[in-house]
Amino acid sequence: MMHLMNNDKMRKVSRTLCITSIATLLFSCVRDEEPLPAATFPTTAEVFTDVPVGLTDEFFISFDPAGGANTDGFGTDDSEAFEETTSIRIEVPSATNADGSFIGGIFRDRGAGRNLTGYDALTFWAKASTTATLGTVGFGTDFIENKFPVSRSNLELSTDWKQYIIPIPDASKLTQERGLFLFSAGSQSTGGNGYTLWLDEIKFENLGTLAQDRPSILGGQQVLQEGFLEVPVQITNLTQTLNSADGDITVSASPLYFDFTSSNETVAVVDEMGLVQVRSIGEATITAKIGNTVANGSLNLNVEGGFVFAQAPTLEASKVVSLFSDAYNDIPVSRYNSFFEPFQTTLGGVLPVGSESIISYTNMNFVGIVFNDVTFPAEAVAPIDATNLTHLHFDINVQEEIQPGDFIEIELSDYNSDPALAARVTISASQLLERKWASIDIPLSDFTALTSRSRVGLLLFDSDKTISDIYLDNIYFYDDTE
Amino acid sequence: MILKKKGAMNANRNFTTLVMIAVLMIFSSCENDTSQEVTTLNNLVWADEFNVDGAPDPQNWTYEIGTGQNGWGNNELQYYTDRSENIKVENGFLVITAREESFQGSDYTSARIITKDKREFEYGRFEARMKMPWGQGIWPAFWMLGADIDQNPWPGAGEIDVMEYLGQDPTITFGTIHGPGYSGGESVSKKYDLGNSRFDTKFHVFGIEWGPGFVNFYVDDVLYGRLTPEDIPEGSDWVFDKPFFLLLNMAIGGTLPGSPDQNTVFPQTLIVDYVRVYSFE
Repeated sequence: MMHLMNNDKMRKVSRTLCITSIATLLFSCVRDEEPLPAATFPTTAEVFTDVPVGLTDEFFISFDPAGGANTDGFGTDDSEAFEETTSIRIEVPSATNADGSFIGGIFRDRGAGRNLTGYDALTFWAKASTTATLGTVGFGTDFIENKFPVSRSNLELSTDWKQYIIPIPDASKLTQERGLFLFSAGSQSTGGNGYTLWLDEIKFENLGTLAQDRPSILGGQQVLQEGFLEVPVQITNLTQTLNSADGDITVSASPLYFDFTSSNETVAVVDEMGLVQVRSIGEATITAKIGNTVANGSLNLNVEGGFVFAQAPTLEASKVVSLFSDAYNDIPVSRYNSFFEPFQTTLGGVLPVGSESIISYTNMNFVGIVFNDVTFPAEAVAPIDATNLTHLHFDINVQEEIQPGDFIEIELSDYNSDPALAARVTISASQLLERKWASIDIPLSDFTALTSRSRVGLLLFDSDKTISDIYLDNIYFYDDTE
Repeated sequence: MILKKKGAMNANRNFTTLVMIAVLMIFSSCENDTSQEVTTLNNLVWADEFNVDGAPDPQNWTYEIGTGQNGWGNNELQYYTDRSENIKVENGFLVITAREESFQGSDYTSARIITKDKREFEYGRFEARMKMPWGQGIWPAFWMLGADIDQNPWPGAGEIDVMEYLGQDPTITFGTIHGPGYSGGESVSKKYDLGNSRFDTKFHVFGIEWGPGFVNFYVDDVLYGRLTPEDIPEGSDWVFDKPFFLLLNMAIGGTLPGSPDQNTVFPQTLIVDYVRVYSFE
């Protein structure tokens, strides 16, 4: 039947034969002088069929239980399968499960890795005991180097077997990949109730139906940003979108799939991880490509000088309870941006600036720093007993022109009662500085309605949109009595 | 040069075709609804190779302009123009470009050309080598209408869709006949799914062989459907024994594909390498 093979195949066969003969010649004649060609790794496609294929003995390697991962719910099921006899069965824990409220981890190649350059996607079949949304599925995470992670989020599961596709952003990078599968599942989509998830026929494939790649950085936005000397900037929100026979599929992709470029390397350079180092005053634009396709989105940095931090605090640590400062050890905080739904518009949060960090809020109306056990029970931390503290301090730097009517109200809440007690103090425009740090100290006694301070757990900044963009630093309570 | 190259490619394809015919006869005769070889007609009687840059050759083609009635009968969203932004011949290809733009009250522009009163044929092999656009709501077609359509309105005149394709289904093409009693939603169709490849990443040949009592639909070297009077509703007329003219167009939106969505990328191009017609004898 060989003669019925089409031309392309014949050509491939003959080319392979040629290469084989050349390789043989090289090896047999000049073995000692010539370097060996680069090692190639197995191209095994299957990850799980009826059994794990070429995976480590532990098969499933869980995320860290210390991070809340439940390690109990993973196994196989001989009574359910998409094909043949056996599937993977995952008991997704409930939100209140004491052994961990989510389940997830990876499957790792038992050898040195696989050559996946001949495939364009990871595919698998899944079904669930109820309709649910599967948080994350991907590959490329091996818990060793984690060089090429890819993940697809929020896959809609049904109670019937359905096939899912995770496109490979650029298969040419995957010459030796150990991270063959990753999943993470919780009960966010099922009202906190646990459910059962089955997976089967996990494998890499060359579908041939994925095309029209549209890589993207920074969410596809052209970001204009002030850069500061020696203050690195990380390029984030990296995705690849491919069109499949059933529509577009977008995955998050490791920076290592991208080639980053700076338009002006005197001003800024960018490394393979998408980390931008600012070198000198000027302007530079960072762009990226996957293969030959230019990514949507760019970062334009305008560098006018170095970052000016607020004056470092000088109070003794023993007199301070710090929420956010590089000068002190901060107490546990559940959120530096409350993201209160549905009315909060404020974006941003902690922003690394060199080896230190500040808080940057943009598009502000109001925003909370949350450090209690009531507002977000799943993220509970202990509130502060401020009974014997006298002041609240913070440094604030308004990143826009200040108008006379601008203000920021500062609200503190105490969770000793239900509902919580709350009290406000207003910072007026005259107390604020434009693009400079203003140091604010408010006596806690000014929060007159706060008759208890034994469980202070929320600090709210409310500009009512009069001010949009601010930096904050050195946010702490202190005792100024001798 | 291009002509020469194409000639060479054609010869090569004919060889491939012969090989493939053998393969098909052995492996595919039970899968596909066919009983004959892919192509049998090789007497070229007319072609447009699109080798002269500029507007499409007016000896062959007439523009259709505007929105027709009710979006050319299908609630299509585009306004067809004769502007080079929407249609031109360049580097050996006819390029039809669909754009998202406000134009004469429509939200999209594109182009449609026909050979009516210029090139009309009864029976034969009709094929075009094309690369498809992609995305939700994009609807290109290479098709034919009965040349007596002015006297014998659609669907009475008959319609043969050599190639239709919806951008949201990039692996699928379909061939269809429409006639009185089997038009629109009741038309008779054959579908072909490439399976492990797509129509928007490289060129493919879309064709029919049409003769008395049959239309055979093929893509590349695969004959994927045969329609005969036995396939149309009992008592209805087979209206395909008379001259037809050719049409090439790219519609946006409309009843069949639905509207573009936020993921549809514009502009989109339908690229046509050639249109060739071989006589039935």
